[in-house]
Amino acid sequence: MERYGIPLEGFLVISTAMFFIGIYGFLVRKNLITMLMSIELILNSVNINFVAFNSYLFPENMQGNFFALIVVAIAAAEASVAIALIINIYRRFSNIEVENIDEMKY
Amino acid sequence: MINFSYTIWILIIPIFMFLLLGLLGMKFKPIISGVLGTIGLGVVMLLSYYAAYQYFFQLPRIDDAYQQILAHNITWLNLSASLQIKMGVFIDPISVMMLVVVSTVSFMVHLYSIGYMKGEKGFQRFFAFLSLFTFSMLGLVVATNIFQMYIFWELVGVSSFLLIGFYYERPSAVAASKKAFIVTRFADLGFLVGILLLSYYTKSFDFLNITGPVGIEVTRNLTQTFLGMSVATWALLLIFMGGAGKSAMFPLHIWLPDAMEGPTPVSALIHAATMVVAGVFLVARLFPLYSFAAPDALTVIAYVGGFTSLFAAVIACTQFDIKRVLAFSTLSQIGYMMLALGVSGYGGEKGLGYMASMFHLFTHAMFKALLFLGAGSIIHAVHSNYMNEMGGLRKYLPITHLTFLIACLTIAGLFPLSGFWSKDEILAAAYEHNKLLFMVEYLVAGLTAFYMFRLYFRVFWNKEPHYHHKPHESPLVMTIPLMFLAIASIFAGFLPFSKMITSDRLPFESETNLMVAIPSVAIGLVGILIAFLLYKKDNVRVEKIVKGLGGVYTTIYNKFYIDEVYMFVTKKIIFNLISRPVAWFDRHVVDGFMNGIAGVTVLTSRKIKGAQSGQLQHYAFFFVLGAIAFALIFIYLWQ
Repeated sequence: MERYGIPLEGFLVISTAMFFIGIYGFLVRKNLITMLMSIELILNSVNINFVAFNSYLFPENMQGNFFALIVVAIAAAEASVAIALIINIYRRFSNIEVENIDEMKY
Repeated sequence: MINFSYTIWILIIPIFMFLLLGLLGMKFKPIISGVLGTIGLGVVMLLSYYAAYQYFFQLPRIDDAYQQILAHNITWLNLSASLQIKMGVFIDPISVMMLVVVSTVSFMVHLYSIGYMKGEKGFQRFFAFLSLFTFSMLGLVVATNIFQMYIFWELVGVSSFLLIGFYYERPSAVAASKKAFIVTRFADLGFLVGILLLSYYTKSFDFLNITGPVGIEVTRNLTQTFLGMSVATWALLLIFMGGAGKSAMFPLHIWLPDAMEGPTPVSALIHAATMVVAGVFLVARLFPLYSFAAPDALTVIAYVGGFTSLFAAVIACTQFDIKRVLAFSTLSQIGYMMLALGVSGYGGEKGLGYMASMFHLFTHAMFKALLFLGAGSIIHAVHSNYMNEMGGLRKYLPITHLTFLIACLTIAGLFPLSGFWSKDEILAAAYEHNKLLFMVEYLVAGLTAFYMFRLYFRVFWNKEPHYHHKPHESPLVMTIPLMFLAIASIFAGFLPFSKMITSDRLPFESETNLMVAIPSVAIGLVGILIAFLLYKKDNVRVEKIVKGLGGVYTTIYNKFYIDEVYMFVTKKIIFNLISRPVAWFDRHVVDGFMNGIAGVTVLTSRKIKGAQSGQLQHYAFFFVLGAIAFALIFIYLWQ
C-alpha cells in the first residue's frame, strides 16, 4: 500500500532517524537548550509514526492524528517548563552547561 | 473479740509521710518536714504500743496460747484459683514485738535526726527516706505471707541503699551503698529460690499454713533429696541465706561495716536495730518449720551465728572508726541471736533459745540504737569518726557520756541491765545444747565487754587531743532520745519475755541459771578491767601488745582480709574467667556480626554510589540502554 508515491517504510526510516538523532543529541550535547531541542526531535519522530500509521493502516479512523496533536500540546507545555527551569539554572550558575548541574548526587 | 483493724494505720501513716515529704518536701521548710515525719512516727509508735497492750494484756488466750490474728488480708494478685498473693497485717507475738521495736527506734531516730541533720542538704529527702524505710520494715514484720515479706524485704533493701548513699557526692558512700545492695540482693536470690521451693511443696504462701500443722506435715514428709539433703532442708537453708544476707552473717557480712558511710541516725535505725535483725525475724517466723522439718538447717544457723559473733568481736577490738566498732559489735550480737535460734528446740522450756533470741533482739535494738545515737552525738561534737582524734570527752558531753556508759554496761551484760538478762538466756540455751558454742559465746561476752570499754575509755577518758573548737553537748532534741533509750536499756530486761514471746506461744517460766549468769558477769568484768588498764590513760602498753601480736594484729585489723578475698574472687576469678570472655564474645562476636553487616552495606554503597553522579546525561544514557534492553527482550525473548 502506497500513498503520495511514498511507502510506509519511508516515513518509518525518517522517524527512526529523527528519534536516534534526538537520543544522540540528548546524550552528547552539553547545552541545555540543545538538549531540549533534541527532546523535541524525539517527540516529533513519534508524532510522525502516529500520523503515518494512522493514515496507512486505519485511514477511516483519526486516533493517531489526535494523539499526535496531544503530543504537540504536551511538548509545548514541556518546553515552557523546561525553558523556565533553564532560565533559573542560568540565574544560579550563570551558564547552562549540563555538566555544571550535578548537585543531586550521593 | 478485740478488733485489730486499726493496725493498718501503722502502715498507712509512714507511706503517706513518705509520699508527702518526698513529693512536697521541698515546699516546706526543712524543720517542718522533720517535725511532720516525727509526729507521724509518734502516732505510729503510740498505735503500736496500744496494739501491743491489747494483744498481750486484753486479748483472751486460747488454751493459754496467744492467738494468731489476721487483722487484714486482701487478695492483692489473683493469678489463678490456686495461686493468689495476698497482703495484710498479721498479728502474733513476734510481729507485735517487732512493731514496738521498729516504731520506737524509728521515732527516736526521727527525733534525733531533727537535731543531727540540721542544715544538711536534702533534709526533707532524708526524712522521706526514713519514712519509706519505716513503712517497709513495718510491712515486713506484719507480713501475712512469705511473698508479702519478700516484697517488703526488698523495699527495706532499697531504702537501706538510698540511705547509705545519702551523701551521694561522696564516692565512698556510693560504693558502700552499691556494695550493700549487691550483697544483700545476691543473698535474696537464695531467699527467692527458697520461697519458691517451699511454696511449691506446701502449696501456700501464708505463714499460717506453712508454719501450721499442715505445712510442717508436708515438709517433714518430703522424700525428694538433692545432693544428700532433703528438699525441705535445702529450701530452708536457701531462705536462711536471704536472712544471712540481710543480717550480715559471715560470709555475707562485708556490706555492713561499709554501710557506716550513711548518716549516723540511719546506722542506728537500719544497721543496728531493725533491718539487720530482719534475718533473725525471718528464721523466727519460720521457726516451727526449721525445728521440725530441717534440724540440720538449724545446726547450720547455730554455727554460722556462733562463728560470726566470735569473728566480728575479734575484729571490733582492733578498729579505730567508732562507727565500725559498733558495726562489728552489731554483727557479733546478731550472731548471738542466730545462735540462740539455732540451738533452740520447739515448745515450752525447750524453746528457751527462741525466746532468748527474741529477747536479745529487743534489748539489743534499744542499747545498740543508743550506742549509735551516742556515737552520732560524739561525731557531731568532734567532727571525726576516729577515736584517735577523741579523748577526755566526758567533761564536754555529760549526757552523752552517761547514756553511752549505760549502753556499754548493758552490752557488756552487767547485772541488772537488760543486756544481762537476754544474754544470760542465750548463754543458758547454748549451755543446754552445745557446749562448744557455749564456750565461744562465753568468750565473745568477754570480748564484747573489752571492745566496748576500749571504745568508751578511749573516747571519754584517755588523753585529750587538741580540738579545733571546744566540743559541745548536743541539743536537747538529740539528747532526749538518748535518755529515753538509756532508760529502755536499763529496764527492758525486766519484761517477762518468757511469758509473752515463745516458740509455741505458750508462756513458760524461765529461771536465771546462776551457773551461767555469774561467770558471764565475771568475764564481762574482766573485759572491762582489761580495757580499763589499757585505755583509761594514754600509755605504751597497747602499742607493746600490738607489736607483740605482729602479723596477727594486722590480719585482724584488716578484717581477716575477707574483703580482699571477695575482691580476688570477683575481680580476678569472676571477671577474668567469666566476665572478660563474655565481654569479649559480646564485643567481637555479637557486635562483630552487627558491625559486619553494617560494614558490608557501607562497602557496597561505596562501590555503587558512583552511579549517582548527578550528571543528567549519565542517567539518560542508562535509561536509554534500559529501554533498548527491554525492547530487545520483548521482541526476541517474549513469546
